[in-house]
Amino acid sequence: MNALEAIGSGVIQGLDYVGGLTMQFWSGLRASPRVLPFAGRRSRWQTAMRQMAAIGVDALPIVALMSVCAGFILAMQTGTYLKRYGALQYVMDVVAIGFTRELGPLLTALIICGRSGSAFSAEIGTMVVTNEIDALRTMAIDPIELVLTPKYVAAMIVIPCLTIMSNTFGILAGAAFMYISTKIRLAMYLQYIFNSIEMRDIFTGLLKSLVFATIIVNVGCMEGFKVKGGADAVGRSTTSAVVRSTYLVILADAFFTAIFYLVHK
Amino acid sequence: MADPMIAVDNLTVEYDGNRVLNGVSLDIQRDEVMVLLGGSGSGKTTMLRHIIGLEPPTSGTVRVRGVDINRCSAKELKAIRCTMGVAFQESALFNSLSVEENVDLPLRELTTLADPIIEIMTYMKLAAVGLGEAGKRMPQELSGGMKKRAAIARATALDPEILIFDEPSAGLDPIVAAGLDELILFLKRAFHMTILVVTHELASAFRIADRVAMLYEGSLIAVDSKDAFRASTQPRVRQFLDRVPDPITESKAVQEHIRELAGLTGAKN
Repeated sequence: MNALEAIGSGVIQGLDYVGGLTMQFWSGLRASPRVLPFAGRRSRWQTAMRQMAAIGVDALPIVALMSVCAGFILAMQTGTYLKRYGALQYVMDVVAIGFTRELGPLLTALIICGRSGSAFSAEIGTMVVTNEIDALRTMAIDPIELVLTPKYVAAMIVIPCLTIMSNTFGILAGAAFMYISTKIRLAMYLQYIFNSIEMRDIFTGLLKSLVFATIIVNVGCMEGFKVKGGADAVGRSTTSAVVRSTYLVILADAFFTAIFYLVHK
Repeated sequence: MADPMIAVDNLTVEYDGNRVLNGVSLDIQRDEVMVLLGGSGSGKTTMLRHIIGLEPPTSGTVRVRGVDINRCSAKELKAIRCTMGVAFQESALFNSLSVEENVDLPLRELTTLADPIIEIMTYMKLAAVGLGEAGKRMPQELSGGMKKRAAIARATALDPEILIFDEPSAGLDPIVAAGLDELILFLKRAFHMTILVVTHELASAFRIADRVAMLYEGSLIAVDSKDAFRASTQPRVRQFLDRVPDPITESKAVQEHIRELAGLTGAKN
């Protein structure tokens, strides 16, 4: 195979993957109203609630820990340099804006990629291997609606919530650093933070988190649905789900950051 | 003769250029039990997967109640699937749901019945297969035979007109397997179902079949009543019925491969 064929084949495979992902996303989106409370089926909403606990509540400790560490590291690293120029107070801006716009959504998404993206893929991959997905199809039940959509609705609700928690923990870690280094009290720190960040910083972060949620659920589920073979194929799909969703999240982050940069310029 | 319930016409299936089914045609009439026999790798399960519309064929058609399941609309396919129940070889019960949740899933998803009615129907379906008291148990707590019966209860949940079994007695002891045969016959008598059973268990096939079809290397080599099939003189059918093994080491392909491995391919000439 020459270089041109290899590139062409890679492009076709990439387009095929993105096409499949888009179709799956569209099917899931169309089925989403049937998961919602009151309007949808009760059992679907109950499944979505269980997913919310698995994706969101169970991930809270690790999100909190990572955010506190990242917030403290960010404050220390920037503080070291800003202190030289007598601009230590700008650490608060860096932490607040850095977390709300960027680190909060990205850190949360990467944790959920590893925790839940892999779990989605393993769960659905196992269902494929044990013919459970085929059984659903033969029962005229759409696997996307029954399996994917509750996860999607749950992720769309809890990932932005986790992002807000991540922002909060990161900013509080910054407060700890500022107290240790300059004895700035929490009330004053928070007042400075509220003055430095704008609502659009928070909204752009939350918008990103919704896109990341879409990527994580759809990539995780698609890798599961694509499983062919046995237990080893399930293992490979789990790895693939984490790797692909991680780099798609980072690509999407770069894309949206560039868009927001151009819009705000 | 009335229109067949399932009509397979010239079904050909290839995977990566490898032909698995070779122009198979088979009609299954209403209310009959058709047993599809064949050795391992003969294409039985592939044929079943195409009959239930899980995969598109390379060529040929599969009609269920007159509808071509590969060319109909999604709505028609859903309507057709609601009239079919399938019990898979490995049961395919949802491991995250209890037995009764497995059985009531199609009722909850595809009907607008009230919860108490669904509960009653679920219990009746489970009781019909002898699992009335096992509803709360999880699939992993059931024996192989119980799993198969739970799969049958789920397959019959919507009172389908067509019931399809993939290797129902595979891996079961003779007593449990015989119990499943009786259950299949009971379902046919009680609910007038059209039943397709894919198996290689001869005793089971002759107990439950009205007609028997046999696949060999992707081609249908016999379709007959069970008595006529039992008396068949077709060499491959006789070999299967008389349990005569293939002379593996004498086969031409094996000899060729051994020669290749030994580097003797050129020495022959």
